Amino acid sequence: MGKRWHVVIGLEVHAQLTTKTKLFSESSTLYGASPNDQANYVDCALPGTLPVLNREAVHQAIRFGLATHSEVQNRISFDRKNYYYPDLPKGYQITQHYRPILQGGYVDINVDGEAKRIHIHHSHLEEDAGKSNHDYSKTHTGIDLNRAGMPLLEIVSQPEMRSPQEAVAYIKALHKLIVFLEICDGNMQEGSMRVDVNVSIRESETAPFGTKVEIKNINSFKFVEKALNYEILRQAEILESGGVIQQETRLFDEASGTTIFMRGKEDAHDYRYHKDPDIPYIDIDEATIEAIRQQMPESPSDKKQRYLDMYQLSDYDAGIISQDKGFATLFDQIIALKTCTAKTLANWILGPIAGAVNKTNCSLSQSKVGFKAVATLLSMIDDQTISNNNAKLVFEKMWDTGKDPQTIIREEGLEEISDQSIIQAMIDQVLSENPSQLEQYKQGNGKLAGFFVGQVMKKGQGKVNPKIANQMLQTTLKSLLDDKP
Amino acid sequence: MHTKTLKALSELLKDKTISSRELTQHYIDRIDQYNDAINAVVHIDRERCLKAADSVDQRRSQDDQGLSVLAGIPLMNKDIFCTVSEPTTCASKALQGYQSPFDATIIKNCRDAGMVMFGKCNMDEFAMGGSNENSFYGPTKNPWDLSRVPGGSSGGSAAAIAARLTPAVTGTDTGGSIRQPSAFCGITGIKPSYGVISRYGVVAFASSLDQAGPMACSAEDCALLLSQMASYDPAHDMTSVRQQDYDYTTNLNDSLKGLRVGLPKEYFDHFADADIEKCMQAAIDEFKKLGVECVEISLPDVKHCISAYYTIAPCEASSNLARFDGNIYGYRSPNSRDIDSMYSASRSEAFGNEVKRRIVMGTYALSSGYSNDYYSKAQNIRNLIRHDFDEAWQKVDIILAPTTPSVAFKIDQFCNDPIKMYQQDVFTIPVNLAELPALSMPVGFAHQMPVGMQIIGPRWQEKRILNCAHQFQTITDWHTRIPEQFA
Repeated sequence: MGKRWHVVIGLEVHAQLTTKTKLFSESSTLYGASPNDQANYVDCALPGTLPVLNREAVHQAIRFGLATHSEVQNRISFDRKNYYYPDLPKGYQITQHYRPILQGGYVDINVDGEAKRIHIHHSHLEEDAGKSNHDYSKTHTGIDLNRAGMPLLEIVSQPEMRSPQEAVAYIKALHKLIVFLEICDGNMQEGSMRVDVNVSIRESETAPFGTKVEIKNINSFKFVEKALNYEILRQAEILESGGVIQQETRLFDEASGTTIFMRGKEDAHDYRYHKDPDIPYIDIDEATIEAIRQQMPESPSDKKQRYLDMYQLSDYDAGIISQDKGFATLFDQIIALKTCTAKTLANWILGPIAGAVNKTNCSLSQSKVGFKAVATLLSMIDDQTISNNNAKLVFEKMWDTGKDPQTIIREEGLEEISDQSIIQAMIDQVLSENPSQLEQYKQGNGKLAGFFVGQVMKKGQGKVNPKIANQMLQTTLKSLLDDKP
Repeated sequence: MHTKTLKALSELLKDKTISSRELTQHYIDRIDQYNDAINAVVHIDRERCLKAADSVDQRRSQDDQGLSVLAGIPLMNKDIFCTVSEPTTCASKALQGYQSPFDATIIKNCRDAGMVMFGKCNMDEFAMGGSNENSFYGPTKNPWDLSRVPGGSSGGSAAAIAARLTPAVTGTDTGGSIRQPSAFCGITGIKPSYGVISRYGVVAFASSLDQAGPMACSAEDCALLLSQMASYDPAHDMTSVRQQDYDYTTNLNDSLKGLRVGLPKEYFDHFADADIEKCMQAAIDEFKKLGVECVEISLPDVKHCISAYYTIAPCEASSNLARFDGNIYGYRSPNSRDIDSMYSASRSEAFGNEVKRRIVMGTYALSSGYSNDYYSKAQNIRNLIRHDFDEAWQKVDIILAPTTPSVAFKIDQFCNDPIKMYQQDVFTIPVNLAELPALSMPVGFAHQMPVGMQIIGPRWQEKRILNCAHQFQTITDWHTRIPEQFA
């Protein structure tokens, strides 16, 4: 790219909701069934069938709206988008064209330490189409209607992102939010979240928008970034060689990392939108919205504030723990047991626990370690029955084996030494091995008490109960001072 | 047996004077004798019908406590209702051989009540038409004059009742398809308010207008049938509306004294046919004998009803019929090579001309750039017509009006002039646009053909309408007339 081009990006994110049944039929939404096992009469569009709206999907959309400060509309419509395709048995998709459920709202993102607010244009409910399978035969196309009618929330952003990094940050923020709200499982490999990207470039931030190109159906953060980078370069090359950008729809090709032409503006469908006469207007009253507000999981920002106010976590710790659903859940579960301090807990979540999650690529909820076992371990640190370092060793074993901490401590011989005669012997030995330090201590250098404790712990290979060792050392040193001639 | 009312048949069955098998066999014999002349019945499995009758008889012989009043009585259904016991084809090539795996809610309700599902009636293809000439099975003929149409789209249903091939039928009414053929064939049929009978299992033509209803020999029969057919069905149909009660027979014998009857001048002012006008006047006089008070009213916007209806209905139809693409079920052309040719060849070969005409009209009217001019404007007219009726209900309790501007016309008379054909619906369409209940019943003859009168009521006032019609029928005998040839 010769020039510095200014990029404009808008995104349409499709999130598959977590309702048990489809948007307009009783079929199950579970992933992975054999083709057409989850397609009933309604999904197959048999003559005489009618849609019946799944209210839970409406409630989930409202939840998203409340979390993003969107306006939940009092009256919504469901509308037909007409087009022919074999995986669309009705010949139309039911979507919300005229009266979507949510207007406006925003999501905050952070790129390289810089905060930015991305506004949402609107969000609407719609049903998914089925899948066409072209691999199954050379002459025929297989149709799988398990996905037909799946509930989607389409979240349409304003064209406010100015770089692929911002776009990815926005999608990640949305992903985190919808998983947190439990309205989407966020599983991108299974297509639970898919992104359509709209991108254009222009010469300056104040120039009018360039002609936009849409890239459809991208299903990973990485591919969104790759597709955008490629597309921006493609558009820049066209403009720099004197060409004109055509308004078109393209597909991202995962193998080559490029975008491929799908259809031009002249091939755009006329969808003949009209209100679905099978579905009356749905009125959403304040009481419904209020009831959903009451049941809302705490938002990450509210959670962060609570961590700051109630537990005096640092701003950084509170921020990271509150943003991650797994960490926040663990923090709340353990802190409720009141067995360890908030500080120890935060240090451990962001230290050994985060480390194990990253290292094994296994989330907390999928791991073998229960929160009660972690709580037990941490309480042992706080009452000094185990050293922090040994506790880390114990935790690693817990993560690998799922055994409880007491068992591991016993098996690994990490159990503490609390026999006073053994500890006294170690103290005496340490004092006799370090006569010069002892002399300095006697002359008034009280700080050296810590040195002796360290030496005793070292001698006991960390197994000595530090509480008892400390107490006994103080007593011994005091008696030595009293004996001073 | 075929001259008896449903109530009388019900009592004969109850006291075991006749069995359901005998009754069913009687009507099977009549179908075998007369159907060739009128082509009203398109599917019937005689053995299956008799078996169903036997099973009711058997239940009755053990214990008749749980049996409904209509148990054992044959019910024939328009070929637009999904039934597990017969094919469901909408009289279209597009659905030849289609077997629904489920019963429509209205069918299930009647089957559960012990009625004998008694085959399927001819109709205009996908309920599009007013003459029954648009059927894949060929036209149905009017039992009163075989050279005339029975009306449509429930023409097979109306003709089957008029020729007494069955004591009861179902129909659907999108723009008059129950009332107009009822008028043409001299029978009684009611289109309930939109939402009274579930649309689940009724193959959709124009979703915001379609409403099923019973057709029979009298208002009392219709009341008995409607009580079985209507139900609240939220698990299958979001347009179904819960009613206070589902016994439509409770008010049949109420007095009409003091009832305020509206006579809309837009319906009565410009009669093209003096003989029909005479019948209307005579019927109004009968109602006056029953104690009603008549006032002239005005429904100024109904004059736009045809343009509004013939925009809204084709728009919805163009979308509703998209599913007949030859993909999962129904007709698929052997001439298809790829997906595009599969769509175009299958649909071109499967649909008749009237269906195609309406799909094209609807597709055009919904297209971007036109939908504001057509679809939105038509919706505005629909609201104006609703408003006209709302105003009328401030002054009157029911409205009387002719059902049709003429008696049954000749076969082929309008089939090359769709606009003229559409204009035949002028008196019935406003009721559908306003989602109101209306009944048509015979009130005399003009040109040796039956003449129908409509009783229109406020929404959900089916009982009031049935009450008026039943009272009229207690002092007249037009509804008992049978065409000589089928006596």
